[in-house]
This record gives sequence, structure tokens and C-alpha cells, in this order.
Amino acid sequence: MAIPIVYNIRSVRARWTSTIVAVLGIAGTVGVFVAMLSLARGFHATLVASGSEDNALIVRAGATSEMTSGVPLDSVKIIQDAPGIARGTAGPLVTPEAVLMAPIPLLSTGTDANVELRGVSPNVLEIRKQVKIVQGRMFKGGLAEVVVGKNASTTYSGLTLGKTIALGNVHWQVVGIFDAGSSSFDSEVWADSHLLSAAYNRPETNFQSVTVHLTSPEALSQLKDSVTTDPRLNVDVMREIDYYAKQSTSMTTLITRLGGFVALIMAVGAVFGALNTMYSAVADRGREIATMRALGFGGPSVVFSFLLEALLISFVGGVLGCLAVLKLNGLTTSTINFQTFSNLAFAFRITPDLLVMGVVFALAMGVLGGLFPAIRAARLPVATALREL
Amino acid sequence: MIRVDGQGSGKSLIQVRGLTKTYRRGGEEIQVLQRLNLDVDKGDFVGFMGPSGSGKTTLLNLLGGLDVPSQGSITVDGDEITHMSGSKLTQWRARHVGFIFQMYNLIPVLTAFQNVELPLLLTKLSKAERRKHVETALNVVGLTNRMNHYPRQLSGGQEQRVTIARAIVSDPTFLLCDEPTGDLDRKSADEIMALIEELVANHGKTVLMVTHDAVVAARAHTTLHLDKGVLVEASKLEQGVVAGGVA
Repeated sequence: MAIPIVYNIRSVRARWTSTIVAVLGIAGTVGVFVAMLSLARGFHATLVASGSEDNALIVRAGATSEMTSGVPLDSVKIIQDAPGIARGTAGPLVTPEAVLMAPIPLLSTGTDANVELRGVSPNVLEIRKQVKIVQGRMFKGGLAEVVVGKNASTTYSGLTLGKTIALGNVHWQVVGIFDAGSSSFDSEVWADSHLLSAAYNRPETNFQSVTVHLTSPEALSQLKDSVTTDPRLNVDVMREIDYYAKQSTSMTTLITRLGGFVALIMAVGAVFGALNTMYSAVADRGREIATMRALGFGGPSVVFSFLLEALLISFVGGVLGCLAVLKLNGLTTSTINFQTFSNLAFAFRITPDLLVMGVVFALAMGVLGGLFPAIRAARLPVATALREL
Repeated sequence: MIRVDGQGSGKSLIQVRGLTKTYRRGGEEIQVLQRLNLDVDKGDFVGFMGPSGSGKTTLLNLLGGLDVPSQGSITVDGDEITHMSGSKLTQWRARHVGFIFQMYNLIPVLTAFQNVELPLLLTKLSKAERRKHVETALNVVGLTNRMNHYPRQLSGGQEQRVTIARAIVSDPTFLLCDEPTGDLDRKSADEIMALIEELVANHGKTVLMVTHDAVVAARAHTTLHLDKGVLVEASKLEQGVVAGGVA
């Protein structure tokens, strides 16, 4: 049987001052690690939530985002008749969309930030079913009215219900606030696509993308086959959720790599903290270790015991680090979406698997910080150490 | 019967033959023990005396399998321990040796009960069996009422009693005592020695004890002196006769 764990628990408690240094080092590192990953997760989740399995997005062939795409009205008309598209009471569920940027002052600083303006069809709520009007009503086609995402409404000035805002050469009235299920649409302002294009002197016959509601998720291939083989069309078709997942890749990669780098630097410091704590534990308890060795506990038992102690310290650090950042969960922040150069609000997203990753990261630091001191403990010369004062 | 002339019957519990221990210090070779012989039978109580640096503790470490000799052999109950691997020696110590240290060497964060239980964790005994053994050992040393106390809550004499209980709890082949009364006042020292005598007389334990104290040494069946790396019987030392090993 191994050296009892109660020995390690009580030893850690007895040496609480040096233990705290190691615990805090690991907790801080795990906190940063989890926070950064939750930031990346939140960004990814916000964009992915914008897409639906039931919708397809159509952009110009070769376009990497809506901003670099262009779909003319002629193409839209052909697409509307393609197979696989669901039909509503007023015809096919298709929304040709114009995407523009407008600088609007932030409520927090008063400085301008880019807001994504999306010109949509009045039937867009039948296509994006996760979007719900929570205040006011939907805009009416042909009128200078906008509906505003809930995040945009609370982030920018002049976007609350009933206000009027100048966008392009038109004054628009905010007639509704919508909740898009914590997706990127929550950071957007929606208006009638024809009016919005006209307000910015853009051709009303050109759109950035076309989103269609499929008869079923499986209907995508049917639609894709139809529109990509039509010689009149020069478009790419993709599932809407895949498009938004792809849009999140560059930013999530950046955040993850940056966060990983910062966490790695901190981890080096935390491992040295753990090493210091464990080496001093071994130095202070040389006689205890030698006594156990004399009683018949083998070298592997000693290594295991001290490694367990390091893991115990790192586990506590890991849990504390996770608990410390847990309150960030759901906290909304914003950043520039490099795909559209608009401001995108999203929430930290701390999931159970992230917490597990944080604790595993802490345990890895514990192993690195505890292994060498544990080996030193097992190699102490027993006869000499027995007489240490 | 204790012999230091290497002429034992071969049936002794502990047989030491030609034991030599040499240390290197700063390029110089220091011979601490020189071709030392010793025979100890079951139930013997041997005291080792000698000036500082005479090799008493080195001898005890060799007998306890904590150190390896430069030459010679140690056989305990038929097992030659000098050629055992480190892990075998560790297992052998757990089974055959009970250590009693001058500074008690109790684990400060464990209670008296948990300290005494430590050697039993290396056996296959169940928890209930371990508890029974620990209670018996603490009863022998008269400390059943202190089993939940930590070492810092005990007097020096009580700590040494816990050490003795830990040494006997697994019923080892022999006990090695390194200055068992060295850190105690005379009264406590007397009590500890009475306890060790009782272990020999009533429980048939074999005890090998190193001490500086002639009064303590006198309580052993036989006192051996270590002088210049060689064992000498006290009675013969008075006559000026070297009786152990080759001087």
C-alpha cells in the first residue's frame, strides 16, 4: 500500500504559506487559460448561432465573405425558382441581402464604431426563425424603418425603440428590437434592402448574398446542384451554419493562439512556483521521507506520494482558477469582426469541458512541478537523512 | 549467545562475517569498520558503545539494511542481505527490522495511531486487523489513551513510546535502537529502558542498541565496544583483550 494520502493533505496544510504561492500561481494561469478559451468559444458560438441547418447562403463564386460578394437581381430571380427552397404564404422563402457598415457612436465612450446594417426582405423572420421581435414590431417594406438587434440597441446611441437615426441620406425610425438568440445578428440593424441600398446610393439591383430557407436540411444538395450547374449563375452555395462557422475561424484561431501563448508564459512561472514549493517540501521533510524509507516504503511509493501532493496543490489551484473566472460566463464584450470590420458583441462562454480542460492543464503543471522534486525525495540517502535535525 | 569472534554455531539469528565499511572523504580512504564479526541469537539484547566516530551508527545502518558494506556479509534468519537489490532490501526491512530512533522520527502530521499503523500499510492486513494490531502495540507501551494525539501533543518519553509501538507493531525479527534515550531525561530514559527490557524478557524480542550512556548500556545482556572499527566485549576490554575481528 502507498504512503497514506492523509500525510500529504496534512503536510500541505502545515506548510500553507508556500502552498498558497504555488496554488495562486496555478490558479492565475488556469484562470487566464480558461478565460481566453471561453472568449474564443463565445465568439465562435455567436457566429455559429447566426447560421441555421435549414438555411443556405448563396454568394458570388469565390467570395470569402458577404463583404466581397455580389449577387445581381437577375440571379436572385433565378435562385428563387430553384428546387429545395421552401415557400411561405407570400412566395419562396428567400431574402436577398445588402450588407453595409455605418459608424454609430458607442454609448460607453461616445466614439464611433462600425455597425453592420443588413438590408433584408420583410419575410426574413420566416427564414431566420431564431430571430424574434421582443419590443415593438417588424419594419414594413418600403418604409424608412429599422429593427435593431438587442446588443446593438444597448451598445450604440440612438438605437432604442422609437428613436430616429440618420443612416445614409435617410432618417430611419427604430420600430422594433429583436433577439437573435445571442447570434451575430444581435449586433446588427436590419432594414428593407431596397431602401437601405438607395439610402447609400448603391444599386438596388445588387445584393451581397441571398439566404434561402430549405424545405429540409437534406434539400441543400438539390439546391446546390441546381444553382451551381446553371450557366446563368456564378455562385457558391453553402449551409448557412457552415458559412458562419468558417467566418469565426480566423478570430477564434487568433484568440486561442494568443491566449495559449499568454497561458504558456504564465504556466512556466507557475511550474517554477510549484517546483520551488515541492523542492522546499522535500528539503524540509528529509527526515520524514527517510523514516518512511527505513520503515519499508519503496522509492516508487515516495515518488507517487510527492507527485500526489503536487497534484493536490495543482488541483486546488486549477479549481480556484476555474471558479475565479466562472463569473465571466455570459458577460458580453465586443470586438471587431475581421471578416466584416463591424463591431460584434459576444459573450464569454465557459462550458464544462473548458473547466475540465483548465483542471487538466493545472494537473499537467502539477506533474511538471512535482516530478523532479519527487524523484529527489526518493533518492535521498536514507541513513544520512534519518539524522537530519 | 553473543559472540564477536566469528566462531558462532551458524544457527545464530544474526551472523556478521568480515564486515568492512570504508568511506572516501577528500581522496582519503577512511575505514570505519574492519572485518567485524558478530553472532546474535534470538532474544538477545546487545548494547554497542564507543566514542563518537567509532562506527556505531554505521554498524546499525548496515544491520538495518540502510547502508551496504564495502566487504563482508550479514545474514539474518537465513537471508543474506548484503547482496540484495535496493527494492528487495526495502521489502526485507519492512518485514524484519523495527527501528527506534534517538529523535523518535515520528511523522508530525500523523496521529500516534497513524504513525504506529504506517508499517502495517505495507502488509496485506485488513483495516480492522491493522486497528487491532495498532491498539495492541499502543497497549504494550501504555499509550492507548493517547492514540489520537499528534506528536507535538506528547512528551519526549511518550513520543519514544509511540516509536517503540511503531517498531514492534509488525512483529519484526529484531529491533535496532539508535540512542533510544539520548533525548530524554533520566526518569523517562529509565521508563523507556524498562519497556525495552520488557520487550526482550516477556515478548522474546531481539534488540541491538547503540548508546553513549554506560548506565543504559548496562541494562543490555551484553555490551560490546566499538574501538577502531573492531568489536570488543566490555568484560574483555577491561582486561585489555581484543576479542572481535582482526585488529
